[in-house]
Amino acid sequence: MGGIAVHSIRFLALETETVPGTLMLSDWRCLIAIAAIFGASGGASHAQEAAGAEEEKPYHIAEDGTVDWPTFSGFRRYNSVCHTCHGPDGAGSSFGPALVDSLKRLSYEQFTDIVVNGKAEVNTATQKKMPAFGLDPNVMCYLDDIYAYLKARSDGVVGRGRPAKHADKPPEAAEAEAACMGQ
Amino acid sequence: MARLKPASGYVLAVAGAISLWGADATANDELLKLQDDPKQWVMPLGDYSSTRYSELNQITKDNVKDLQVAWTFSTGVLRGHEGGPLVIGNMMYVHAPFPNTVFALDLSKDGQIVWKYEPQQDPNVIPVMCCDTVNRGVAYGDGKIFLHQADTKLVALDAKTGKEVWSVADGDPTKGETGTSAPLVVKDKVLIGNSGGEFGVLGHVTAYNMKDGSIAWRANSAGPDKDMLIDPEKTTSLGKPVGKDSSLKTWEGDQWKIGGGTTWGWMSYDPELNLVYYGSGNPSTWNPVQRPGDNKYSMTILARDADTGMAKWVYQMTPHHEWDYDGVNEMILVDQQIGGQDRKLLVHFDRNGFGYTLDRDTGELLVAEKYDPAVNWANKIDIKTGLPDRVKKYSTEANGQDVNSQGICPAALGSKDQQPAAFSPKTGLFYVPTNHVCMDYEPFKVAYTAGQPYVGATLSMYPPEGEDHLGNFIAWDATTGKIKWSLPEPFSVWSGALATAGDVVFYGTLEGYLKAVDAETGKELYKFKTPSGIIGNVNTYELDGKQYIAVLSGVGGWAGIGMAAGLTEDTAGLGAVGAYKALSQYTALGGTMTVFTLPE
Repeated sequence: MGGIAVHSIRFLALETETVPGTLMLSDWRCLIAIAAIFGASGGASHAQEAAGAEEEKPYHIAEDGTVDWPTFSGFRRYNSVCHTCHGPDGAGSSFGPALVDSLKRLSYEQFTDIVVNGKAEVNTATQKKMPAFGLDPNVMCYLDDIYAYLKARSDGVVGRGRPAKHADKPPEAAEAEAACMGQ
Repeated sequence: MARLKPASGYVLAVAGAISLWGADATANDELLKLQDDPKQWVMPLGDYSSTRYSELNQITKDNVKDLQVAWTFSTGVLRGHEGGPLVIGNMMYVHAPFPNTVFALDLSKDGQIVWKYEPQQDPNVIPVMCCDTVNRGVAYGDGKIFLHQADTKLVALDAKTGKEVWSVADGDPTKGETGTSAPLVVKDKVLIGNSGGEFGVLGHVTAYNMKDGSIAWRANSAGPDKDMLIDPEKTTSLGKPVGKDSSLKTWEGDQWKIGGGTTWGWMSYDPELNLVYYGSGNPSTWNPVQRPGDNKYSMTILARDADTGMAKWVYQMTPHHEWDYDGVNEMILVDQQIGGQDRKLLVHFDRNGFGYTLDRDTGELLVAEKYDPAVNWANKIDIKTGLPDRVKKYSTEANGQDVNSQGICPAALGSKDQQPAAFSPKTGLFYVPTNHVCMDYEPFKVAYTAGQPYVGATLSMYPPEGEDHLGNFIAWDATTGKIKWSLPEPFSVWSGALATAGDVVFYGTLEGYLKAVDAETGKELYKFKTPSGIIGNVNTYELDGKQYIAVLSGVGGWAGIGMAAGLTEDTAGLGAVGAYKALSQYTALGGTMTVFTLPE
């Protein structure tokens, strides 16, 4: 994931533009931490693991079905925040698109852009509005995890519901989480 | 008293506004009279007692099989259509979800559109509504139609012309505060509750003066006594005074300020006791570990003086939420005998799966029994203390953060959500649309940001072990707490029921069927598949000597979130054949009203 540093910078730039005067200390801490996560776990480690594979995957599923921590973390965060519109397990709702399908089309860059900045499609025929999550640590601190989970769902390697087995939370993930969430 | 923005040039009288005695008597008398005329349907739940019962008896259990569609009407809106139309005289008032269009139809002229009102609302409101952009209906009083918009604005429209008379903003949608509930007109006031429990919004009910939209009183769901309109010595809980700071003591620090307890359900009114009744929702977040204490007064039934808002009694059903069992479902006021004695009762089917019967004057708890046998988070409710006897295995608090508690029944949807039940005085039974869904629930740490979701749990939902249907439509005896009969439905029953003097009970299904069943036996007598899934409430009225049945179709709401995609396979996999079939295989979006009658 070559463009990681660029993304982080763009988040920072966007946030300062779109929410003048409303940023609090914790928000800055979060955004800075996001930059750190992107640099460290979200990008580099996966990129290295995937080196040599035909296509780099943001998730890792062991032969016995054990999903890696980021994918499991993404499952939890997705089904806490995103599912209220996009349905359980990315399967869609009566009004929110199924992300299992959307991620077959969207690139990582497009995905993060929409999550951070939101998206609107409001006209006489439809009223679809995706909020901007750029300031929500519950989403931003886990953005790559959520992407990994949805990509795994979209690729058909993780099924509906809770993954039966998952890797333990690695110390680096715990540290990054604590820094990002400000806990 | 929070910020209230006069939106149409009216000067707002601040807290403790002057009572308008003139309007008081008139409006009260008008609605009290109107609700007794079965030809009209003047408030969302039929009458002040919220019985959803009609004396009309032209459509009977013998002829309902001949029912036909008389006419249909499209709202032009695709998303979930909760609530139902009002009928006042020859006019019908139909509402829609966001953008909250209201139509006035002249029934004497083949449903001609007399006026249409479509507010301009910021589309940013759409994604801060937790469970689709639903609205549960408009209210009528003193020649006005009251609309509680998604952006929290309460608007008074001239019932004849649709012209805006006044409007007032009840809250701030940029902080996740929204409006979905139907207003209740009591005397000279219009009462509304707020939504946004998944965004850390503090719940409150506010009474606005019907004449000009100025605020009469506001009562918060948590915090200091004075802001909750609670008198430590006079307000009681199960007969005892609640004491000083009864809410503050049950929260850690300032958590109550983002504590939820929103009031997005239904309200009822007893004119003799002059009390209004409603319930409060979940405390925020869904992670119980992060939110120590009983979190009063979330998940609570409240009885308040209609004039002053002062709480007469409160009863917290589920202290310290661990499962999202909001207490907002309708309060049905009936007079029945218990133990040979005439009692003034309040009957409430809670999300937590227990059907509660209380004395509505004193708040005494009389009956609390499971209305779905699958309910397992508690063994029973102690009638003396009012406390649930929790089962540790299903306690997400006891199991802790980052632990997946499995097999909890009911799911967060509750054994029943807001879809209102009906009561027939002829049979003495309650007709209750229910969910039959269980869940896994894993809480975890979450941070609060104003206007962003504040949930902190991940859930998987599925039918009870070994079962293949997700809903039941039941008949319930509230004096004994027993199910008389139960009809399985493939999906949750998310439509409000109607009971009639023709001994027929009506309800809608998520696949889109309007069904008529025998009030005594539950035998299915008629069904018709409407254009979309039904999450609206069935109403009835009479025009030119003919009885009509009306219902809004338009699948969506919370049910549309989970079931459109199909629920997760039962992890145990025990014979749940077909249970995870998706609702989207049965119906598609579209707001339509269908009106039925008997052929000539």
